[in-house]
Order: sequence, then structure tokens, then C-alpha cells
Amino acid sequence: MPYEPVLTKHVNAPHSYTLDFYLERQRGYEGLRKALTLEPNDIIEQVKASGLRGRGGAGFPTGMKWQFVLKDTPKPKYICCNADESEPGTFKDHVLMERNPHLLIEGCAIACYAIGAKVAYIYIRGEFYHVQQILEAEIENAYRAGYLGKNVLGSGFDCDVYVHRGAGAYEAGEETALIESLEGRRAQPRIKPPFPAVAGLYQCPTAVNNVETLCNVPLIVLNGPEWFAALGPEKNGGPKLFCISGHVKKPGVYEASMHTTLQQLIFEYAGGMMDGRPLKAVIPGGSSVPLLLPDQLDIPASFDSIQKAGSLLGSAGIIVLNDTVCMVWLALNLLHFYRHESCGKCTPCREGTDWLFKLLRRLEAGEGRPKDLDLLFGVSNNIVGKTLCAFGDAAATPVLSTMKLFRPEYEAHVREGRCTLPAEWRRRQPIFAGAH
Amino acid sequence: MSFHPRMDYAPAKFHKSARALPDAGEPFAYTPENQAKFDANVTRYPPDQRKSAILYALYLAQGQQGYLTRAAMDHVATQIGCTAAEVEDVVSYYTMFFTKPVGTYVLYVCRTLSCALLGAERVTEELEAVLGIRPGETDPTGTFTLLEVECLGACDRAPVVMVNDGWQERLSPDQVRPFVEGLRTRGEASLSGCHLHKER
Repeated sequence: MPYEPVLTKHVNAPHSYTLDFYLERQRGYEGLRKALTLEPNDIIEQVKASGLRGRGGAGFPTGMKWQFVLKDTPKPKYICCNADESEPGTFKDHVLMERNPHLLIEGCAIACYAIGAKVAYIYIRGEFYHVQQILEAEIENAYRAGYLGKNVLGSGFDCDVYVHRGAGAYEAGEETALIESLEGRRAQPRIKPPFPAVAGLYQCPTAVNNVETLCNVPLIVLNGPEWFAALGPEKNGGPKLFCISGHVKKPGVYEASMHTTLQQLIFEYAGGMMDGRPLKAVIPGGSSVPLLLPDQLDIPASFDSIQKAGSLLGSAGIIVLNDTVCMVWLALNLLHFYRHESCGKCTPCREGTDWLFKLLRRLEAGEGRPKDLDLLFGVSNNIVGKTLCAFGDAAATPVLSTMKLFRPEYEAHVREGRCTLPAEWRRRQPIFAGAH
Repeated sequence: MSFHPRMDYAPAKFHKSARALPDAGEPFAYTPENQAKFDANVTRYPPDQRKSAILYALYLAQGQQGYLTRAAMDHVATQIGCTAAEVEDVVSYYTMFFTKPVGTYVLYVCRTLSCALLGAERVTEELEAVLGIRPGETDPTGTFTLLEVECLGACDRAPVVMVNDGWQERLSPDQVRPFVEGLRTRGEASLSGCHLHKER
């Protein structure tokens, strides 16, 4: 049976972002209406039973996260929606917020009700200004229609949703760094524990959830946890958005179940390789995860299967690389990113990313020394596991992964004093297939 | 910025920080409209957490003046009720705030992997050639500022260039010249915009 999209079914319809469209075509706010008749704890139980896992990268069960939020406290509680979508290769939340904003708003409201919060902040990255405009306008409409604000739908439950604009910091996607940024400081992670569920925003119990995660919540409440779980493999239920970019004919966001294999996603959904060139490697979950080789792609694109293959689904940002890509250049490009985005709080990451970048730049310039390869390995392993957040591990991954899979390329750079791929490939001329 | 400023203990240089302070600038205060916007925004946060509005307050100041001076930061500090150092701490961390004047159009060229795979490096080279400036610089007429930035989150439409708050998607290197010309003659209206926005 072909998979029927649920999150992005109508995104191409004109006016799919409006409240009227949402109410008419997507059973809009029925989930919230139903949720308000249930006990908050029942909603958490339903989300737990559905097996919904966080879509932001870590894949942590959402129901558990909500259950951990401290109940017996006089302090207010908060929902923070992580819309700081900055992982290279990821652009799924953008579509949801721009074309289906009410699904997110409804998800925020249900999440607030479930954990006993009255306020949800949507932390959106500063670059998504045009998305913020839509989101704020639609939140305004939701207030006017009585789905937000005081006494939502006559139930006595109050809920406010606000958009908070970031200002260009990848690190703000980390949950405690996001909270720091929301509090008006530098986006730098906190020492855990205490986890946000105990002491998060303003030292109050907080749940931080990704946009796509919250968008799934109304569907679970409306259709039941069994329906949701049945959409995917065991423990990987529900719809999933995959962002496919790089050397494919039709890059874009595709919704599929996690039964779908990486092979199908790349060669059927995204139309296969651009210009028919051979596939060299795939980054399956945003730049922070290890690469997979072409013979490893016949596996379901689920959290568990990809982890078994030695990588991670992460944020499902699939970057497809063809044979023209030099792996040293790839690591250099990504380390430029991590070096720039390192928040500077932990020394191994702050200094290590700079060292790795400089070593890679030297290799790419043809001035690498044989011992540089060991040094790369050593520096990387001195970052991994030695930082407050997962950024350090993520930053070392492109180096460790490419060194493991493509070590001959690194050695050739040292031996020949240049990149050994053909010169016209190294120019990396843009290839516009014109297929889209 | 270097995290390790060299500390010279010779008496003449002692206590001289290498940190470059932003310009003091003209005296600054919000226009009444911006003041109203700020007052409305700050109510989104608990009354004892005015500092949460700092990014919004800085965006307002930057929108009003084009860039942030020390006077503007001081004004923001007064509005928020924090110290000027705390404001500078935030300004120096985030990439979307400027402490120097920028051109009418700030071109943010995405240079991270997905865009780079499809020629973002060539786009930057072309822009450098057409505008005669390097990344980080503003052209002499004050029209364009060229910046290379990290992933903008539109990898399916690579290479992407953000212009102020607007987007130009799929800017191939050979279209750079008409792209700059379009900005010169028609301004931001010449941009492709976000494809999700357009299809409505």
C-alpha cells in the first residue's frame, strides 16, 4: 500500500497555511478539542504508547521527556519549540512552519496542556524571517478563533504561544543553549544535570521539542497511538520527513514511513543521481553523523536501522555525494562550519575544531605531512566525549568518519601534495541538471 | 576573535585590553514606534525576565540605525535593565548583529556543504569579481556588503543567498551578474524569494 503523507499532504495547495484551510481539510484543532476532554496524564500516556521519538536529532522518546517534567512544583512550566533548524542538510521544519503552521500551533497547545504549561515559546532561527511572519500572523488568527489565549475553547485552560527570533547561532539548537538564548544570553549549553525537565527556562520545568515532533502530537491524539505506531517499524512509528539534498535530481522534503529504505529515498523519491554520476557516499542525518557507503543503503531509514549500520538518522538531512567529491575537502568544509559555530564554552571543542580546520586546510593545500593524519585522529578523539553538549562529538565526526572510510584519499593528499581527483572535478563546477 | 589575547605585562601596556570597542556613535533612542514595539514584545516574558527581549531589542535598534553603536547598546541596556557589558556580550556572540555600517543590501552567501556541492564557492568568486570586494567588506558606494555564512536551511534550493531578510534561491554562478543588476535597479523585489512563499 503506498504511503499517504499526513504532515505534508497539503503543503503544495495554495493557502494551505490559512486557518480556514486547516479547519476544513485537515480536521484542524479537533485534536486539541479532544485533548482538552482528557486528563493531561492520559495524553502523555498516549504519546508514550505511540512511540513518538524526538525528530530533532537524538530520537529520544517524547512521552518520556514529558513525563520527566516536574509535576509537584509551584513554579510555572514551559514548552520550548526548537525551530532553530540549522543542521547542515536539514530543512524540514521550514516546510511545516511555512505551509502548515496551525499544526505546530495545535501541537504546542496540546503539549502545554499535557505538561501543565501555560506558555510555549517557538524559538525560530533569525534567518527564517519570512517564516516568522507567517507563523506570527497565523498565531494571531488562532488567538482570534479562540484556540489560544485565555480559556481555550471554553475549557478553562489558558495557553499562550509566542515566537522568539534567534540571531544566527547553530548552537542555539542544543536544548539548554536554546534556553540560555531565550533568557537573553549567549547560546551556550548548561551543565547537565539538572535537565530542563527539572530546571529549564527561568529555572522552571521545561520541555524542549522539535517542530516536527510537536506537529505529530495532534495526529496521535486524534487518530490514536496504535494508528501512529503502525505507520512505521517497531519503535520507529509515525510519519517522518526526509530532507534530501546534494547531488540528486530532485532535492527536497519527502514524507515517508521509516520502512522506506535509504535506497528508495535517494533513487525513487529524489529521482536518483544528478547527471547519472555514480554515488560515492551518503550523509544520512545532517552533517553531524558518520557517512554511509553505497552498499549500506538498502536498509530502512529508521532510527534503529541506521544506527545498526554505524551511523545515525539524526535530523534526517540526507546529503548525497557523487564521485566528484573529495573527502578531505568535505571534511574541511564541515570543519569550517563547526569551527565557526563552536560556542567557545568547552576548551576541547573551541580549540579542537580550530586545530582540525587548520590541519585539513594544510592537507587540502597540499602541504600536509604524514604525521598530520595521526594528529587529526588524535585531536578528534580528544574532543569526542569531552564536551558539555553533543557538538564536540558532532564536530569530530566528519573527520573520523571520512578518515575511516576514505583513508587512501588522505594519504594521497600527503603523498602527491595535491588532491588526486581530476582537476575539472576539483573545480566543483555547479551542475544544474534542470530537472526541477 | 581570538580567545587568547596576548597579555603583555610591561607597565605601559598593562590593563590595555585588545578588545576593539564598537563606535560610540551618535546619541541613540528608539523612535516612538519602535518603543511601542519593544514595550509590546517585552510583555511576552515574565516581568522579572525582561532580558529575554534583548535580541528583539537589538533587532529594533539595528533596524532603526542600520548597525549597532555603543550608544544604541547603552540604550538597549537601559530598556532591558541590564548592564552595557551584558548587551555587548550578546551582540558579539550572534552573527546577525553588525557593529560597523553595512551596505543597503547585505548578501549572505551560504557556504556549507549542500550549497558548496552545487557551486557556492563559484558564486562567492563571481560576487567578488562583480562587486570588487572580498567577503566581510562593503563596497565604496555603500550598496552591497558581502558575507559568507553557514547553512541557511534551504539546502534543496542550493546555492542560496540571503539578502537582508529576503532569499534568492538556486543562484548559479552565471546568474550572479543579472542578480546584482536586478538588486541595483529593482531592489529586493528582484529576488526569487522562498519557493514555499511563492507557490501560494
